[in-house]
Amino acid sequence: MENEAGAITQGTSGSTRIPPLVYPAAKLGRATRRFLAEFGAFSTLAGRTLSYIGSVVRDRQLILEQMEHIGTNSLPLVLIIGLFTGMVSAWQAAYQFKGLIPYSFLGAAVSRAIFIELGPVLTAIVIAGRVGASIAAELGTMKVTEQIDALESMAISPVRYLAVPRLLGATIMMPVLVVFANLIALAGAYLVSNFFLGISTKMFFDSVQRFFHLKDVLGGLFKALFFGSFTALIGVKVGFDATGGAEGVGNATIRAFVLSATMVLILDYTLWMVLF
Amino acid sequence: MIEIRNLQKSFGAQTVLRGINLAIRDGETVAIIGQSGCGKSVLIKHIIGLLRPEAGEVIVDGTNMSQAPEKELERSRRNIGFLFQGSALFDSMTVLENVTLGLREHGERDRAKLARITKEKLALVGLKNIEAVMPSDLSGGMKKRVALARALATEPRYMFYDEPTTGLDPVTSDQIDALIQELTGRLYVTSLIITHDMFTVERIANRVIFLHEGQVHFDGTPSELAASKDATNCQFLERYRHPV
Repeated sequence: MENEAGAITQGTSGSTRIPPLVYPAAKLGRATRRFLAEFGAFSTLAGRTLSYIGSVVRDRQLILEQMEHIGTNSLPLVLIIGLFTGMVSAWQAAYQFKGLIPYSFLGAAVSRAIFIELGPVLTAIVIAGRVGASIAAELGTMKVTEQIDALESMAISPVRYLAVPRLLGATIMMPVLVVFANLIALAGAYLVSNFFLGISTKMFFDSVQRFFHLKDVLGGLFKALFFGSFTALIGVKVGFDATGGAEGVGNATIRAFVLSATMVLILDYTLWMVLF
Repeated sequence: MIEIRNLQKSFGAQTVLRGINLAIRDGETVAIIGQSGCGKSVLIKHIIGLLRPEAGEVIVDGTNMSQAPEKELERSRRNIGFLFQGSALFDSMTVLENVTLGLREHGERDRAKLARITKEKLALVGLKNIEAVMPSDLSGGMKKRVALARALATEPRYMFYDEPTTGLDPVTSDQIDALIQELTGRLYVTSLIITHDMFTVERIANRVIFLHEGQVHFDGTPSELAASKDATNCQFLERYRHPV
């Protein structure tokens, strides 16, 4: 706690003054404690959500609704992002290959980059913005208007009713979206290669085929499972924690996007180390 | 029966409840009054198990709501209906879906039966033909009535009302009061009403609990409260006794 003069005091009583030289360590300690508390709360929510997975048959309608909201409704955006990602990847590869590597390898380089990294990660970041933030806004509004308390008062677990469908919806649909993103990105890369870089259809796809590894695609889809589940859980956690009316909901929305997008990049790095 | 023993709760440095002891018998209609921020809503949320106390316990029909595991808590909550201050209707659902959610989630699948129950409960609160309407298209008074119909749909033994007439015009407030009185008499539910409105207390309650500084300051009948000479009670009742 900081007092009016900006001096840091210890605990709620404010009785113990911390010497100025220790400020940074005290702040770091407090930040660490907050992080660990948040991490613990997130893990508890994840555990409680998983404990309700058995309700999947009973709640299939809720899960299908979320799959539509998270997956089907995100498809147009994912396709646009995928198309332009593929097109710009072809240009960038051509730029880097110039004078060094024959264009006959361009299809392989671009497709592998798409399957392993660009497809899953960019799709996940788009979903973090579109879905993670919308989950936080929806549940945050429910929280501040006491709708979540109302669910609990009616003996309906908010974790089962709200968190499980969103977790499953995102976890199932993220790899599906990544498949579409990969295909449209590959198509975009092919169009640029063929129309602007003079690479024939045969040369492009021969290159893709020659260096194709199923592990690349499956690894990307495996990562997408994690990206989807973490994005949904972060949205749910931030939404459940929202306080303070419209401003609180707005803050929750921003927080959900920032945390989800950051988590996607951290997970991407971690999973790369494990998978490839 | 609801028993509250030495209930204590703080939020950060602010202590809200400082050792509440109460017993609410079946069939009673109890009004809980007190200044804003004195812990009325916090108390009622402990009874339903939405908040966990720092010390003390709340026993509802033998279930310790502060320590019971989630499944047991859910079983106890099925006997409780809660009318929230802001109605807390699910804004993505129609009136019918709102009213029947509790029943559907606890296994009722017969659509004809759900429609019949909705019609009955809406009629009970003086509404009809609004099953397909979204909450955003209802007035404040109608939202309160729909929320009441939703709380009554599962035929609870206990009804908790959090400021049922706050923010409503005098005519609608009178209608809601009359509705609560009628429901309490007809359905023999134990009612707990949080309110600032002394007219509501006088009309509905047969027992008043006055919370002051986190403790029970007065526990008696509305007429005993009205006759009280205690300075804190008098200060709270001043506006009611001498309206401008």
